[in-house]
Amino acid sequence: MDKRYPDKPDTVYFFGTCLVDAVYPEAGMAAIRLLQREGVRVVFPQNQSCCGQPAYNSGFPDEARAVARQQLDTFTRDYPIVVPSGSCAGMMKRHYPMLFARDRDLSRIRAFSNRIFELTEFLVHVLKVKLEDRGDPIQVTWHSSCHAAREMGVTEDSKNLVRQLKNVTLTELEKERECCGFGGTFAVKQPAISAAMVTDKIADIRGTGAGRVLSGDCGCLMNITGAMERGKVGIQGQHIAQFLWERTNG
Amino acid sequence: MGDQTFSFEKNVETALGDTQLRANFEYAMSTLYQKRKAVFADEAETERLREVGNAVRQRALSKLPELLEKLEKKCIENGIQVHWAETTDEANRIILKIMDDHRATRMVKGKSMVSEEMHLNKFLEEHGKEVMETDLGEYIIQLAGETPSHIIVPAVHKNKDQIAKLFHEKIPGAPYTEKVEELNALARKTLREKFQHADIGLSGVNMAVAETGTLCLVENEGNGRMCTTVPPVHVAVMGLEKVVEKLSDVPPVLRLLTGSATGQIITTYFNMITTPRKPGEKDGPEEVHLVILDNGRSAILKDPELRQTLQCIRCGTCLNHCPVYTRIGGHAYGFVYPGPIGKILTPQMEGLEKTGGIISASSLCNACEEVCPVKIPIPELIRRLRNESYDSKGSVPGHGYKWNLPEVLVWKAWALVNRYPRLNELAMKVGGLFGDRFPKIGPLKQWTRVRTTPRLARHSLHELVKTEGVDHE
Ligand code: SF4
Repeated sequence: MDKRYPDKPDTVYFFGTCLVDAVYPEAGMAAIRLLQREGVRVVFPQNQSCCGQPAYNSGFPDEARAVARQQLDTFTRDYPIVVPSGSCAGMMKRHYPMLFARDRDLSRIRAFSNRIFELTEFLVHVLKVKLEDRGDPIQVTWHSSCHAAREMGVTEDSKNLVRQLKNVTLTELEKERECCGFGGTFAVKQPAISAAMVTDKIADIRGTGAGRVLSGDCGCLMNITGAMERGKVGIQGQHIAQFLWERTNG
Repeated sequence: MGDQTFSFEKNVETALGDTQLRANFEYAMSTLYQKRKAVFADEAETERLREVGNAVRQRALSKLPELLEKLEKKCIENGIQVHWAETTDEANRIILKIMDDHRATRMVKGKSMVSEEMHLNKFLEEHGKEVMETDLGEYIIQLAGETPSHIIVPAVHKNKDQIAKLFHEKIPGAPYTEKVEELNALARKTLREKFQHADIGLSGVNMAVAETGTLCLVENEGNGRMCTTVPPVHVAVMGLEKVVEKLSDVPPVLRLLTGSATGQIITTYFNMITTPRKPGEKDGPEEVHLVILDNGRSAILKDPELRQTLQCIRCGTCLNHCPVYTRIGGHAYGFVYPGPIGKILTPQMEGLEKTGGIISASSLCNACEEVCPVKIPIPELIRRLRNESYDSKGSVPGHGYKWNLPEVLVWKAWALVNRYPRLNELAMKVGGLFGDRFPKIGPLKQWTRVRTTPRLARHSLHELVKTEGVDHE
């Protein structure tokens, strides 16, 4: 994966993602706070919405393009765009150029895609954050979304941030690279297979003995925590941004 | 299979409910997974090799008609008889005719997925021929009256105990044993007898080299070599995409194939067949035939994107890495090719409408794409086929079959909400009032089968940034 990171900028855009916006806004706020604490100005354009992935994955590329274009027209200035999701970042970075392959705007779209960064890679490589842990000892495990791992290649960056916290023990999953069964509309179009996958994922999480599972992707979190809640598994799920902010801001 | 009674969803429920089946798959798949990982430990080197594999296959497909002509010419020069079949029925009839011409009644078969695609065994048996599978896995499922559940390890859905029982029941005079060596010996004894009396042998082709007219056959048991050398006539069947341009293309593809399929650096046997027995030679068949099957492949070739499907070298590693396949097994897919490759190949061959839910059975996790030795962008092609399912102007057979107004309207409405900030704001406000008290119907009903309802936040991030004083323009 070819990766190039810019020098620390004065200002960044924040693309919140539709799921953070609707279900996990505190995670989004925490991510913004983490960025601001490093001395960068964060701009949240109000006209942003969704990266378009739900339609794109479901076989509706025209609708996906229409929604993607809304983001292209919203994030117009030359700032890096930070995204608190490996999956949405993957969509905007890797898939937009394919989605618009035959568009006369392709060069503009490529430039846009080049400005996309997943939150944890941005914290590590661009802002080079140093975290100081102020929390009590805790054991956690890490769930990587498939796209954070395979499209963005940021799993190690995320885990390294957690590893910076001296009172946090990170126990890795046995099958860290296996999908949790979310897959957007997959979870409702193939509910039985998806259920089997999330059940196995939860067993893996329980096997670590951790009291909390962290992830950089709210789709996976909604799937895993929803199933843990339903199954009365006493393990919490949390977005990494919120976890990092809570541990270091006290 | 693939008839009207096929219901992927039903198959899935059955497979997921079969705990023995799930245990068998999980065990076998994690073994294959580990083995592959061990031979491809050097990531950079593996990536380089995959690039080469991809280039070899793309080059071959880019000049396929020319290469096939060359292959035919070379084969004929070498004394191999070449037959072309547009459909599986034509291919079956060609083979039947070869058998009849030689008054052959007993066929021994090496492993060939194309022959499965043709349902050759059934066809020949209906015409009074005896067909004997000689690959151990294929032999097991033939005894059980089943179809392969995996393209490389066809009997992988069965464990040792199940095989022990099967042998005891189906092989006349076989004692019950769970010892692997004894089971192997039982199979070997039966098969050796069949080899002695067979009057025709059939094999697949892993690669056909256009430059030299060489048929390459990769195997581990030696039965493939027996099928191609012991009977007086050898028939090889191949899909027309299996050609490579040059002899020098063989080593990288072979390395990728064995490493991906079984985690081996090289297989026990690698056969390169170029001619029938020559005068003065002591062994080998007197006649070699090559049957080249189209069955929808040339239509796939026409589409520059979907063409990538034909790069496949049938290594099966996408199956071993697929979180869906490893849970439901191969039979649930209902057609010859299961798993990720089946998901993209079957609908193109059989028609989207016939293969139903298969194409939705992917979380697009990209595990297949990550390991495919020839770098087929399987998730991209799945997306394309999903689109074709709704697109009345598509090009894949069955395109547009899934078009329905409610679903189309849902996506149109979704696009509207996400394009017009005011609408979005309104939707969020209304949603926030509901919290998690939505009626559990439609998608939410499926979602809540094993999960609680997602709770919409009272204040969206759009609102929070305003109250928290974040720059928002
Ligand atoms: S699609 Fe790729 S991984 Fe799957 S069987 Fe074909 S070559 Fe192997």
